[in-house]
Amino acid sequence: MAILKDKKVVIIGDRDGVPGPAIAECVKTAGGDVVFSSTECFV
Amino acid sequence: MDLENQKRVKEFADEYGAENVVVIVGAAEGEAAGLAAETVTAGDPTFAGPLTGVQLGLTTYHVCEPELKEEFDEAVYDEQVGMMEMVLDVDDIVSEMSSIRNEYCKYL
Amino acid sequence: MNSVIKGASYVLAHTPQMVVYNGTTQTTERVVNPESEYLKELESHLRSYEDCVNYWPNQVYIGNAHPDDLTQVEFPYFDKAKEGAERYGKYGEIMPEAEFLLLVQACDMFEVAKLEKGFVSTYKEAFAADPIITEDIVARVEEGIESAEIEALVNEEHAEGLYLDGKLVGCVKRAHDIDVNLSAHVMHENLMSKASSVLALLYAVRNAEIDKNDIEYVIDCAEEACGDMNQRGGGNFAKAAAEVAGLMNATGSDSRGFCAGPSHALIEAAALVKSGAYKCVAVTAGGCTAKLGMNGKDHVKKGLPILEDCLAGFCVIICENDGVNPEINLDILGRHTVGTGSAPQNVIGSLVADPLERAGMKITDIDKFSPEMQNPDITKPAGAGDVPLANYKMIAALAVKRGELEKKDLATFAEKHGLTGWAPTQGHIPSGVPYIGFAREDILAGKQKNAMIIGKGSLFLGRMTNLFDGVSFVIQANTGAEDNSGVSEEEVKGLIAKAMKDFAASLMAE
Repeated sequence: MAILKDKKVVIIGDRDGVPGPAIAECVKTAGGDVVFSSTECFV
Repeated sequence: MDLENQKRVKEFADEYGAENVVVIVGAAEGEAAGLAAETVTAGDPTFAGPLTGVQLGLTTYHVCEPELKEEFDEAVYDEQVGMMEMVLDVDDIVSEMSSIRNEYCKYL
Repeated sequence: MNSVIKGASYVLAHTPQMVVYNGTTQTTERVVNPESEYLKELESHLRSYEDCVNYWPNQVYIGNAHPDDLTQVEFPYFDKAKEGAERYGKYGEIMPEAEFLLLVQACDMFEVAKLEKGFVSTYKEAFAADPIITEDIVARVEEGIESAEIEALVNEEHAEGLYLDGKLVGCVKRAHDIDVNLSAHVMHENLMSKASSVLALLYAVRNAEIDKNDIEYVIDCAEEACGDMNQRGGGNFAKAAAEVAGLMNATGSDSRGFCAGPSHALIEAAALVKSGAYKCVAVTAGGCTAKLGMNGKDHVKKGLPILEDCLAGFCVIICENDGVNPEINLDILGRHTVGTGSAPQNVIGSLVADPLERAGMKITDIDKFSPEMQNPDITKPAGAGDVPLANYKMIAALAVKRGELEKKDLATFAEKHGLTGWAPTQGHIPSGVPYIGFAREDILAGKQKNAMIIGKGSLFLGRMTNLFDGVSFVIQANTGAEDNSGVSEEEVKGLIAKAMKDFAASLMAE
């Protein structure tokens, strides 16, 4: 079963890892519904 | 995890049902990824945010994990994440994430 | 002609009490979890002033050791003291908390900073003995008020306490009864930023060997905002700090861009000087109290001292080309645009590969890259990794992808073209600029020919846009000697040849 298809996806990106919007672009291609995308910053 | 983000995660789980929500993290290190995963499954381990003591058990992955990569369009993933993946210690991230998932995820 | 880097300063103020009372990690914890283990353990993890001075990365920051020396130190750094460490360095100093509080009071123009009488008399002499602190700054230190008065201000008037070794020794009062933009909290934050900026300005003037009156313009590029309810963020930190530093010929303004602020400001300064608008511009920034102890929970959990216990400041002096100092080459500017997106490879591409390609250069043509120079001793235990190293790996990967670097050289790229991070996690402070002082000296000494400074910023923190941001520029050895000769021989030959051709063409046409 697909993990992302038709799921509500919450994204917690990282400024020094993978940022939220970059993850969101990928999720869209898998049929996930991005309901929230944020990027955290530790510096 | 940022307190505001914890609040939002909790709201979405309430609104859509925990079984319908997937949390994807982009942390730079295995440990940080694991902490985020723990927060949305077993509760905030730092006892600071709204998810303290809240066991949502959400399904959670790091964006670089192979199970997710399989579902992404390869070209888009390569363009958005490909180079960062080369920089990250993916093995460490995978091991941290899967151990949290195996222990706390309720909807696998 | 390109403008030059005349000098730079880097200063720290050791402020462990502000970690406890003003760092947002701690103030937030006190609200959501007042009885937490972390708050109980926190104070026993605070470093003494001596430990802070002996800390390798701090000694590198103020110029008592080169980043290359730090590379030789075994990681982690917190448990290794640098031998022969000193308060003063060639770029600045590490000021103790007590003296810094006196400087803060001296920087206050609205009688909001108040110190206790006994505290002032105990530390005033030491403050005055600091060679960089001028007589007119010392003269601004007030006698002080009674401790009962300070207690009343803190307990009844919402003043922010100022502490030394756990004891209340002063306060910052609110500057308005109802305007939150002038609350004691905001006034405290802004005065700390201003005071550390003043210290940086003073050292920069000394280090650049210029007269205070030479500076015509000051750009402040910190991350704080001052103003009242009708113009939150109106400014102007730059001019306010210039006033205390005694830069009588300067005006100035504030430039903001999160962590990328300093790189934006330096490009602006270089352009202002190159255009002839001003002959000498100072780019300055003070420190950020909110970020003190930002990753403290992780540090305490792992048995480390609280490593984020210093306010930091820096200042770079940009002047007209003197034919000697390294230049900022405005023909090689990288910029993250609205259309760039947030994919890490696009970010690095826009800041590193694109500007070099436009200038006909390869990534490997740059001797040293200075992206974000956060000290990994601070970030690694907090799960944020080694930020400079991650940047170098990305740049190297990009170089391989572009065929400019062989895959076998990936592993040694960081060693050859990179630096080990040493800067405190004070937001804008680590972003590219900590290397400028060393870059200037290394280029002057002929150790290298150029360096790229890269600033990146997280605009999404302001909740106005989800966009990322960044700009970059290249510092290179001075080429002014050629430029100064006016039109070169080759150019004259070219002009003559063109005139002859045109003449011949006109003859042919006839």
